[in-house]
Formats: sequence, structure tokens, C-alpha cells
Amino acid sequence: MGKASLEVTRGAAACGCAARTAAGNAREASPQDMARVREIISRLRDRTAPLLPILQAIQKEMGWISEEAMVEVAEALGMHPSQVYGVTTFYTLFATGPKGKHVIRVCASAPCHVPGAGAVLEALKKALGVEVGETTPDGKFTLELTSCIGVCGVAPAIMIDDQVYGNLKPADIGAILARY
Amino acid sequence: MTMNSCQPSLVALTVDGREVSVPAGTTVFEAARAAGIEIPHLCHHPWLKPTGACRLCVVEIKGARGLPTACTTPVAPGMVVQTESERVVEARREILDLILANHAAECLTCEKAGDCRLQDYAYRYGVARTSYHGERRQYPPDESNPFFYRYHDRCIMCGRCIRVCDEVMAVNAIDYAYRGFRTKVATAYEVGLEESPCVFCGNCVAVCPTGALQPKLSVGQGRRWEIHKVRTVCPYCGVGCSLDLEVRDGERPRVVGVSGGDGPTNEGLLCVKGRFGWDFLHSPDRLTRPLIREGDGFREASWDEALDLVARRLGEIREKHGPHSLAGLCSAKCTNEENYLFQKLVRAVWGTNNVDHCARLCHASSVVGLGMAYGSGAMTNSLADLEQATLYFVIGSNTTEGHPVLSLRVKRGLRAGAKLIVADPRRTELAERADIFLQHLPGTDVALLGAMIHVILEEGLENREFVAARTEGIDELRASVAALTPEYAERVTGVPADLIQQAAREYARAERAAILYAMGITQHTTGTDNVLAIAALAAVCGQVGREGTGVNPLRGQNNVQGACDMGGLPNVLPGYQSYRDGGLRRKFEEAWGPPLPTGDGLTVVEMMEAAAQGRIRGMYIMGENPMLSDPDLGHVEEALRSLDFLVVQDIFLTETARLAHVVLPAAAFAEKEGTFTNTERRVQLLRRAVPPPGEALADWEIICRLAERMGYPMSYAGPAEIMDEVTRLVPSYGGMGYAYLGEGGKQWPCPQPGHPGTPILHREKFARGRARLFPLEFRPPAEVPDTEYPLYLTTGRILFHYHTGSMTRRARGLQAIRPDPYVEIHPDTAAGLGITDGQMVEVASRRGSIRLRALVTDRTAPAVVFIPFHYAEAAANVLTNPALDPQARIPELKVCAVRVRPA
Repeated sequence: MGKASLEVTRGAAACGCAARTAAGNAREASPQDMARVREIISRLRDRTAPLLPILQAIQKEMGWISEEAMVEVAEALGMHPSQVYGVTTFYTLFATGPKGKHVIRVCASAPCHVPGAGAVLEALKKALGVEVGETTPDGKFTLELTSCIGVCGVAPAIMIDDQVYGNLKPADIGAILARY
Repeated sequence: MTMNSCQPSLVALTVDGREVSVPAGTTVFEAARAAGIEIPHLCHHPWLKPTGACRLCVVEIKGARGLPTACTTPVAPGMVVQTESERVVEARREILDLILANHAAECLTCEKAGDCRLQDYAYRYGVARTSYHGERRQYPPDESNPFFYRYHDRCIMCGRCIRVCDEVMAVNAIDYAYRGFRTKVATAYEVGLEESPCVFCGNCVAVCPTGALQPKLSVGQGRRWEIHKVRTVCPYCGVGCSLDLEVRDGERPRVVGVSGGDGPTNEGLLCVKGRFGWDFLHSPDRLTRPLIREGDGFREASWDEALDLVARRLGEIREKHGPHSLAGLCSAKCTNEENYLFQKLVRAVWGTNNVDHCARLCHASSVVGLGMAYGSGAMTNSLADLEQATLYFVIGSNTTEGHPVLSLRVKRGLRAGAKLIVADPRRTELAERADIFLQHLPGTDVALLGAMIHVILEEGLENREFVAARTEGIDELRASVAALTPEYAERVTGVPADLIQQAAREYARAERAAILYAMGITQHTTGTDNVLAIAALAAVCGQVGREGTGVNPLRGQNNVQGACDMGGLPNVLPGYQSYRDGGLRRKFEEAWGPPLPTGDGLTVVEMMEAAAQGRIRGMYIMGENPMLSDPDLGHVEEALRSLDFLVVQDIFLTETARLAHVVLPAAAFAEKEGTFTNTERRVQLLRRAVPPPGEALADWEIICRLAERMGYPMSYAGPAEIMDEVTRLVPSYGGMGYAYLGEGGKQWPCPQPGHPGTPILHREKFARGRARLFPLEFRPPAEVPDTEYPLYLTTGRILFHYHTGSMTRRARGLQAIRPDPYVEIHPDTAAGLGITDGQMVEVASRRGSIRLRALVTDRTAPAVVFIPFHYAEAAANVLTNPALDPQARIPELKVCAVRVRPA
């Protein structure tokens, strides 16, 4: 494939989450969701430093972390909601709102910037018709920026869900999106 | 706040060539400060733990790698520190350059210019602008709350606001959100502060080193160099926080801001009322000229005309109906000197003891009860000392809202590992933090406290040595509590017996246990009994007379302690000296001239009764608002309207002033001199910052002019001279002359000049010798729910308003955040009544009814509804019961029976 787009396989299993689509602006969790959140908390709360494992599990199983979920986590762990919110927003892999079925993350760090991440990003914006942080109207894709994803050798790179694509040119974007 | 008494070993080091020795564990930053060198810093603050976030305090340490931050580096023996070496200065320039890369340097219009640390350091190191010209953080300012702005583009991420909210306030409304370039200070989910746990203390605003946090009231009010500070005392609660009024001089000097004064009561911290509740001073509603009734309204008059009229009418009434047909209410809002003169006017000039004030409505039971049990009716310990406690027992005090800055001491104690027991009919903020929460029904305190004593005596947990050596009456007490078993108490109070047992054991076994109480204890027909029960509990366990212990009644008003001390009470002369004691009475007669009355005067509620019956014909009310503060307001209005003559002296045309024949305009706290005595018996100086509006005069001046017109010359050069007279007559104030008070004031007893004051009472012996243990008997409240009025009503204060609201409801921010009255109803009760949150309801008692919105919340118990009493438009005291405690004559403001229905 030469310098063609490169799929980088990572150890993590493909995300099994049934990511909620961004239909409407619903940012509230349903009662069923909260039952799952409580189940996750009770499963993981006895770990040392349980906050991140709990948030990770909620993110993985529910696709995003709602305000209600953060309140529940804060109360369970004896923390303040402001602190849980601070941690949740610190990590770009945690979502505080519903996202598209697939999340595209474009690396915005210097090693990707230099060989042309900007042009790749423009191509993605054009193909999807959305700006960074937005979700396509059909709920299929959310476009985001991310800090370094650790594959500088194949810069510029993007991630779609857990799949990494490297050595990208704007022209590669159409074919990659067509896989989803 | 308090220094550790043990002496750690000293470490010697050199800072900029100066030798300095400091205790081991001190940071380089503090060591430099000890050597007189202030190292530049932005994130460090004495209230907060060091974090080294801003990097500006970097120093060069011989032999150390890189440039460590002084605020986080502990000293080591022989360390050689340079704080301004070439490398250090170079690094500071670069740090400032980087900070400025994301700082909107709008110094031309920024309110903080001239008092901005970033500006200071940029000037000092010659960093005019950043050399980094990339993207900047672009968050819009947060203008949503009524008190202050947050300008994100001026924020330098030092974290002081976040840490003060956490480490000092334990509120944690804000934290850092996001990371790297996008980092911002935010509430959870970035809601407005009103929707967050924020209590708007503004201590974040106080610590912000730049202009990122700005009080709204100060915007456009002048540059920092046009403003000077006047140290004085907060006019709100009994904590007596030290305040710096920020004054802009000019043709009409104005207060333009407030900052916390570094006094012993608050150490720089303030609450929302102190920091943002001062603008009533310049309200257009201020009274500026005397008013004389004309038909249904008033006309303005000169002082001469108004005072002549007052002197003539009061004189006529005295002539015709005798001295006891006159009565006066002095004021817990006025100074000691003013209260002293007021009661002197009533006693020496009018010849009656009919003088009282709103202490009757708050801590009369403490003055009487603690007087009977211990010999002194005041807070036994001190504010700073509270931090030494290993256990707090808070009963009938919503400390967080009623005494916010004092509650920070408790929170600090809790962080240091102290335990907390809270007893309250409502789930208060402290109850949320409590180890044991006893949610008892209103008016069942004696049953609860008696059962605790029962458990302690039954299980032998009392301090036998203390009981034997320092108390009397243990056998009578023991016999009386035999019937007050935890099981009995459970039936009466609704608190599970095992919780009562646990609380009793924890309290008795604590190394140092402090009891804090307020109006939940005192405002009952059993108020004195409640206080006696508390006094007995503490004495039986030996929890009095030592650091971190004591019985601590939290006085409500800024000077309610002082108004009592000055004899603003119908049964004692100044300093609680009895006029029945011939020697003491003669002392005052010699000082004042005329023979003094010897019969007990009337208390607040009795005065109203007597007015309604025509026994009281004329009243003089200074700075009090009984038309909102007293129980059964319908009856109060009837009483005041039936007076032949009513004169009201106030800063606003209050609900009471509207009924007056003459209204006299008074100066507010910022416009006069004098002293206030706070809840810990600390006498502090009040200073004049601005002139009173119009022709308004200080209350003491008005009293002097009136006394003179009534044939008794009172001539004082000023409040200092009045205090000198007090020091000669009141032994516990003997050393309170202004020259001896000092910056932080002194705590009574302070018998002679130069005496340091008394932080803790009853150390070696009780004021009355031995503590007297009174037998306890539970009596239910005067009115309990029945089928017609099935719910308990209890009343109280909220954080954002003060008492009858004459000040806070004219403070824009405070009024904006809590504009309307409400009644708290438990969700189950609300559901049963078909009431939803926010709905208008009618609350009715046997005495009247009011309409207000329902706030459905489980803060209150199902059987209890709660109404804040600050709101004239739905005055809780229309409903309350004027039934009196037989000894303290305090009305039962905390319990009556009501019914609630949708309106």
C-alpha cells in the first residue's frame, strides 16, 4: 500500500457501545441509563482511586457521561460535582453529551500538524458538512480534535472510534468514511 | 489560624545574604518573608496550601537543580537562597511573558488596575507585553450572578479561587474544567453560579490576584488610587467580622466596596452579606430629614421642630400618666455608647425601667438561663478557640446561614478530624456534614437533652471530679432525668433512642466538646429550660472552662451582646448590675443624678400588650422594627396604633416607622463612631467612613439633643467620652477605653486598662462560684398541631437576608438572589396537600394568614414547615405565637401550629 492510508491496530477491542445518536438535543439520562450507572458504580467503587475506572466504564457502556451520571458518581464517591466535571472534561475521550455513532478524532499535535493535519481536517469538515465539535445531521459522525495519539511515525493521523488511520492525505478521506 | 504551641527545631539558612532561622518544615517562601523579603507570587496565599502553580516564586538555591518554587520548597540547614539573581529574574520575565500570552491586559479600564499583582510584577520586571502572538483563549465573561463578574480572558489559572472555595469554604462550587489551552475555571456542567452550590461569599473575589473576578457594585466607582480603606466592623451578624470599607472621597464621599479586614474574628474572610450587602448605605430610601405625621402621611421638618415636639409630647404623657406610661426600645443594631445613653435617658430622665430591645426575641433565655446556671449569660469561649474542639454539638443553630464566617471555624475543625452532632428540626447544611443528625420536633429540646443526660448518668460517663468540685445540684438533676429515658424521648422528639444514646456517649467521651446553639434553643416558652438543660449537659461532662469546649450561644445581631451589656434590659442596670442592690443603684444615682426607678420594667412583648391596654401611652423606638420582628403582628400593629405618641429613629422608613408620629433620621454604621460587642464578648471599634446622608445624625447625638430638651443635659465630645463613663460604671468594661482597645478589640471581662481581656470564661471557677444544675422537666410548646392546624411552623433566617430586611432588601445583589418569600414543605406533606413546588399557598395560624410560594424540599421534616421571617409582604410573624417563657419573657417564635393549603 506504500504510503497509502494505514490502519493501525490497537490492543483495545472494538468499542461495543451502542453509542447514542445525537437525535435532538437530549442531554438527559433516562431512568434505565441511571440504573446502569448505579450498577457500574457499585461494581467499581471499591477499587483504589475508583473515579477514572467508573467514568471509563460509563463512557464505554453508555457512549457519554450525563450530568445525572456525574452527580451520581460524585455522591457515591463523596466528591463534589465540580470535581467530577473537572476530571470528565480534562480527558477528551470522555464525552459530556451524546455523540454520533462514530467519533472521528483528528490529531492536533505538532508532529501531525507539520505534515498536513490541517488539510486532512478541512477535507473531513467538507465531506461531513460539520465543524469541529459537531455531529452530522444523520447522527453518524462526530468530528473532534485530540491531543497526540501516539502514532507520530505515521503522521498525520486520525482515529475513528478505536481505529487509527495514519499517513493521511485529504484524498484518502472519502474512502475511509465509506467504510462506516 | 492558631499557632501550634510546641516548638519545632530551628533551621538556619541564608536568603539574599541575610541569615535567618526558622522552624523546620517552613518553606523558603516563609523563611524569606521572615527575613523581610517578599518573593513575587501569584498563586500563593496565606489562607491556602501552597501549590507552586504560577512558578513566579522561583528562586536560585545553591547546589539545587533548576529553579525551585519557594512556596513549595522546605528549608534545609545551611541553604543559600537568592531571590533576585539574574537567572531568577530572567525566568520570572519569561513566566510573565507566558502568562500575558493569555491575559487580556485591559489595564486602561480594568477595575483592578493599581491593585493588581500581575500588573505590579509586569511593571517590576519590565514586561510590557507578551512576545507570544498566537491564538488566545476566548471564553465570554460570566455575568450571570448578581454579585460579581468572571472575566475568563483575565484569568491566569492560579487556582486561588478554586482552592479558597475548597480549602476554606468547603463549598467546592468551582474547579478547573478541560485542560491545556482550553482550561477554564467552571462550575459543574458550567451552569451559572446561582445553580451551583456557590454561597457568594466572594472570598474568591478577594483572593484573585488579577481583575478576573470583579464585584459588580464597584464597577465604574473609581480607580484604586482614588480609594482609601477605613477599618470597621460588619453591621450584620454577631460574629463581628472586621471590614475595610473602600471609600472614594469627593464632594460626597461614598463607600464603593468592601474587603475583609484581618481581624481576630474573621481573619480577612467575609460572607455574602458583609461583602456584597453594603449598598443600602447609599439607597435613595435613606431618611435624610426628620418627618412629622400629617394626616395619613408625613411632612419634612427641621431637627428643632421635630425634637421639640418629641420632648413636649413625651413630657406631657409622663406628666399626665406617670413615668411608667413611657417605654423605649433600644437597638442591637446601634453602638454600645448609643444603647448606654438610650437606657440612661429612659431610667434617669423618664424615671422608668421600661427599656428593652430585640435581645428579648433572641437570647433572653440565654441571658437568664446561663446567668442562673453559670453566673454569666454570654458565650463561654471564643471564635478562634472553637477550632480546638474535637467534637461539636450544634443544636438549634443553622450556623452556615446565620453565622457564616463562624461556621468556617467549625468546618476547619471538622477537616482536622473533629466529630459533629447536629440537632435540628431541619436538615441544615451542617446536618448534611454531621456524624450524628438528630432531627427532633420543634420544642422538644428538653426531652432530647434530658435523655442525653439520662444516658450519661446511667452509664457513668459523667466527669465525676468536675461534678464534685465545681457543680451543685447533681442529685436533683439525677432524680429529674430518671423519667427522661431515651425511649421516652424517642416518643416525644421523634429521634430514635439509639441515636440519642450514641450522641450522649460521643459528647461525654469527647476530649474537648463545644456546644453551639442559637434561636432554635431560645425562642420557646421553655427557652430558659432549654438553656438550663444545655448548661447542665456541659457541666455534668466537664466540658466547660477549657479550650475547645463550652456553651456557646451564638448571638444574632452585630451588637445584641453589647445592647444587653449596656443595660438595654428592663431588669438590670448596665453590666447586669441589679437596681435592687442599693449599693449598685446608688453608684449609678451618683453618676447620673436623679433617683432611679426600682420596679421591674416591661419586656418587648409586654410593652405591646400594655400599649394595647392603654397602660403605655408613648414609645420611643430606636433602630428596631417590631412590626416585622415581633410575634403576632396583627396585635403589634393594633398596639402601636393605639399609642398617644410614637417616635421612631431609624435609617429607613421601616414598617414600624410608618406608624410613627415623628420619624428621626439616623446615621448608619459606616457614618459614625462607637463600639460593637460581638458574640464572643469582643468589643471592637467602629469608624466613620462617610458622612450621613442629608441631615441624618448619629443615634447618640439625637439622644443627647432629646435628653437636653427633656431637661437633662447630656454633653459628650463624642462616643469615646461616653465609653469612658461606661468604663467607670461597668466593671467588666473597665479596660475598654478606646485608647486600650487596640486593632482587634478586647473580650470582656476586661476590668482595667491594659488587661488583655478574657477569651474563656469559667476557667478556675464559675462566675457564680459553682455551676448550678437545675432539675429538668419536659413541657410541650404552648401550641402544638391539632386537626384544625395540623402542622408545626418554625421560622428562621436565610443566608442572603438579615432580620427584618430593612438593610438587605435594599442591597441590590442580596435582593436579586432571594427576592421573594417562601415556605419550605416536605415532599410527602406537599403531595398530601396537592401542592407542587413553586405554587402559591396560604399558610394560616390562629392569629392570621399569609400567602407565599411553596418550596418543596426534604430539608424540613414531614410534620414541619419553615418560613424565613425577613419578608414584610408575607411576614412569618403574622402567624407566630406570642406565648412567653415565664422567666425570660421570650416569645415562642420557633413553634406554632398552622395549616397550609393551595391559594
